Amino acid sequence: MSAAPPAGLPRGVAALARALDERALSSREATAALLAAIEAEQRRPDGLGAFLAVDAEGALAAADAADAARARGDSGPLAGVPIAHKDIFVTRGQPSTAGSRMLAGYRSPFDATVVARLGAGEPGGAPGAGTVCLGKLNCDEFAMGSANENSAFFPTRNPWDRSRVPGGSSGGSAAGVAAGLVAGATGTDTGGSIRQPAAFCGITGIKPTYGVCSRHGMIAFASSLDQAGPLGTSAEDCALLLSAMSGHDPRDATSAARPPQDYAAAMRAPRPGASAARPLQGVRIGLPAEFFPPGLAPDVAAAVRAALTELEKLGATLLDVSLPRTELSIPVYYIIAPAEASSNLSRFDGVRYGHRAARYADLADMYRKTRSEGFGAEVKRRIMIGTYVLSHGYYDAYYLQAQKLRRMIADDFRAAFARCDLIAGPVAPTVAWKLGAGADDPVQAYLADIFTLPASLAGLPGMSVPAGFGEGGLPVGLQLIGDYFAEGALLHAAHALQQATDWHARRPQ
Amino acid sequence: MALTHEDVRRIADLARLELQPAEQAALLGQLNGFFRIVERMSAVDTRGVEPLYTPLSALHEVAAPLREDAVTEVDERTANQASAPEVAAGLFLVPKVIE
Amino acid sequence: MSAAGPAPLVRGWEVVIGLETHAQLSTASKMFSGASTRFGAEPNTQACAVDLALPGTLPVPNRGAVERAIRFGLAVGARIAPLSIFARKNYFYPDLPKGYQISQYEVPVVQGGRIDFVLEGRPRSVRLTRAHLEEDAGKSLHEDFHGMSGIDLNRAGTPLLEIVSEPDMRASVEAVEYARALHALVVWLGICDGNMQEGSFRCDANVSVRRPGQPFGTRREIKNLNSFRFLQQAIDFEVQWQIDRVEDGLPVEQATVLFDPDSGETRAMRSKEDAHDYRYFPDPDLPPLVIAPGWVEQVRASLPELPGAMAARLQRDDGLAPYDAQAMTQAPAFARYYEAVRDAGLALAGGPPRAVWAKQAANWLMGEFSKRLNAEGIGIGAAPIAPGVLAALIGRVADGTVSHNGARQVFDALWGGAAEVDEVIARLGLAQMNDTGALEAIVDEVIARNPKSVDEFRAGKDKAFNALVGQVMKASQGKANPAQASELLRRKLAP
Repeated sequence: MSAAPPAGLPRGVAALARALDERALSSREATAALLAAIEAEQRRPDGLGAFLAVDAEGALAAADAADAARARGDSGPLAGVPIAHKDIFVTRGQPSTAGSRMLAGYRSPFDATVVARLGAGEPGGAPGAGTVCLGKLNCDEFAMGSANENSAFFPTRNPWDRSRVPGGSSGGSAAGVAAGLVAGATGTDTGGSIRQPAAFCGITGIKPTYGVCSRHGMIAFASSLDQAGPLGTSAEDCALLLSAMSGHDPRDATSAARPPQDYAAAMRAPRPGASAARPLQGVRIGLPAEFFPPGLAPDVAAAVRAALTELEKLGATLLDVSLPRTELSIPVYYIIAPAEASSNLSRFDGVRYGHRAARYADLADMYRKTRSEGFGAEVKRRIMIGTYVLSHGYYDAYYLQAQKLRRMIADDFRAAFARCDLIAGPVAPTVAWKLGAGADDPVQAYLADIFTLPASLAGLPGMSVPAGFGEGGLPVGLQLIGDYFAEGALLHAAHALQQATDWHARRPQ
Repeated sequence: MALTHEDVRRIADLARLELQPAEQAALLGQLNGFFRIVERMSAVDTRGVEPLYTPLSALHEVAAPLREDAVTEVDERTANQASAPEVAAGLFLVPKVIE
Repeated sequence: MSAAGPAPLVRGWEVVIGLETHAQLSTASKMFSGASTRFGAEPNTQACAVDLALPGTLPVPNRGAVERAIRFGLAVGARIAPLSIFARKNYFYPDLPKGYQISQYEVPVVQGGRIDFVLEGRPRSVRLTRAHLEEDAGKSLHEDFHGMSGIDLNRAGTPLLEIVSEPDMRASVEAVEYARALHALVVWLGICDGNMQEGSFRCDANVSVRRPGQPFGTRREIKNLNSFRFLQQAIDFEVQWQIDRVEDGLPVEQATVLFDPDSGETRAMRSKEDAHDYRYFPDPDLPPLVIAPGWVEQVRASLPELPGAMAARLQRDDGLAPYDAQAMTQAPAFARYYEAVRDAGLALAGGPPRAVWAKQAANWLMGEFSKRLNAEGIGIGAAPIAPGVLAALIGRVADGTVSHNGARQVFDALWGGAAEVDEVIARLGLAQMNDTGALEAIVDEVIARNPKSVDEFRAGKDKAFNALVGQVMKASQGKANPAQASELLRRKLAP
């Protein structure tokens, strides 16, 4: 049985926003329809498990408010569009768990900036975009994972094949969008957690340049890598959501000193020398040899090459580049991210919020039992790695060395971008794997992140665009990486591809 | 370099994690597997390279924005303590702290 | 390095002391959040989401705290780092909400510097290693909540400047004088309120002993001493304890110790061997702290005259003795008061020279004034006598209107609320007789009525002269100017 969005309901953010604007339907109707679809999905024994919490009452109230604002002529383009947020973002109205038992039932007294900007606005600040929040989306615990199987509550399934993983850590977001349960969603990407699930679920997602979206209210995993981003059915969906999400936030000291951008306009802006038939005339796309290694699955390689061919037809020039330290991104990332995480997760101690062990002998015992009960295996593993590489005597050899290599990886990109405008390649070495397949050797899973990690380490924007299908009819994603703050160029290229192809328009059967 | 059971015990202690013997054994194997991957990193000559602690500093000098010294937060104790495991008289209660 | 002479040994051992001082900076809001730092609020009413380390919260540094660090660095002649790094110091404790403290490790904001002070009449100088910004932890209250402790995080996140000295001190008294001088400086600069009872200024003492000429011994750290008296007692006890150990052939193991004021003893805290693995790394939530030269110069231009410079100026321009100059520059309010008295006095026509005025002003302030302020536990800002009024009183002593004794009575009245010097002198009838004619008449009368004393004086008995002076004072009801009376008597009794 397929996951079918309600018949007649326009799919995705852009289409739904247009329909609302044309008064073809009301936000309440759209919201109610999606709530019904979500409920139906939850009743299935092989349900997708995309949602951790659904707020029907809150969503309908917000929908009504959006309809009223629209009637007054007092609303923006996204008003009333129903979306949902990855449960890594704190929200006042609903619990925020980060997919962890440690935060089961936790109620945040504030909304994440990204949530506020997409929704009702920041308190005492600018009004928000007015989207409707349907609920909180499932994710790997504390955003650590690539299959959404590390959620403490239940795994999420891939709508294209329910025996397979949707990818992670924004698995609930990707599955929700792919199944049409939400028009769009927010996710976070630290080492690929927007791009990879978007690829596995056949949808579009973008991790912007580090600093473009505020991290205030994002439950921290790895501070120098975490970035919020949108997932949608198209580049246009992503552009609309990102425009509302982005922009400097004084509450985040790492937030880039840039105002919110109109990414939809950047997406549409014609390039000099371009024509309708060749919108990508003059765009140089670099293909790193290291992104096409022998280990790349043939079905993925074929789909990616087909997508690249389409880009060429649209006027882009393909050229060879090199990112020689691509393989080293794995140890570099898996030193830095766990190190930062081990420190970020120290606040979970059962003192002020979250889980506290029911039985303990003394304070030290309370800490140990609370943390051991509250954290899952992958989180513990990464805390252990992180604590080790920061510990006395190992800091220089591991953490410091990794941060130096990180700069060298960033420098490799700068050298490549001297010769091209975008870098392209696969998002992941294979299509989505079977649920439970990764259980035996969790460290092996780290190796599959090879293509997404480099852009994360450098802080560069990266996008996943549907590029056809591979084995078993499973989606394949094309990764596009841009220079710092070149989200517009990425969205433009993706949009051009999506005007000329229909991979992104296919839905799971 | 291989980790030992003693290393695992020490790190778990530092991180305030209590590991069951089976967990500890599994973790030891996984960590050693992980550090085999990490070995590749150690061989690279990084002399003279500045660490990249925050990505945008690859682009330009990044400086911490400073906040004007002003009280902007009001008392929101009730909301802030809504998820507290144990509270009395406005204080967070924990097992007795022994100096 | 400390200047004069070798250090006094204790039982043949040289004592080595370094101090780490935590000064709470006098900002309105916290180091990394906009919550208030005001002392004494109800528990957890000044601990916002950032201070509580709620999921998703992030730190943003306080400009006012950085500015105070710059002021301090300039005042001690240190280098202000154009770029310094915030680092995380990781450890678990219930009063540390994030499970790490944001501090500075490898690259602090202030580097080097020194504190100059006077010890037993001789100038001393202690070098500073560094000073860095960090946040304070909360408090655990051990009042019994059925076997639980209560955690108040109001203090969590308050900005601290941690000031680290080199181990240049060689005696507990020296450590105390250093601490006093440092305390006076941070208060003088207006960067810390110096309230030690409220925990605004706390010292940790690193103490070790060694045979002279040998390398440094293992040091133990005495934490959280919040009075100068405890600082001295704790160091003295610790020194004896360490010497006892090394003389028994036992090693001194590195440890953190607490001082118990009731017993006067130091005691090692319970700590695991890994307690010191803080896993410092640069805080990824905070880009580097950049301080442009323009900002430093702006702060430099706004610095008040420092106490040392002012004391030197008072010695040079006002002729004050070094001890007096140091006393006048103990606090900005005190110095301002002194200068106001001196200037008011100089403005009075026909007064004595500057150095005399200055000396008089200093004497009154160090003497009667300080006695009263200390007895009443108030600061000079609360003194009931305005500088101009004190100057007027000094003037009336200088011009002979009142004697010193009389002046003290006037002072009492002024302190008690009287407004005007001349009014008090008149009301209490304290004016000395300065009318030479009237005095001469009294002197003649006394000579006439006391022939015996006159004869005895002429026979060489000086005591008789004092008796005659006494008679003159009595006859004038105490109003005669004794010096004048003596002079007249001598003249009239001269052969």
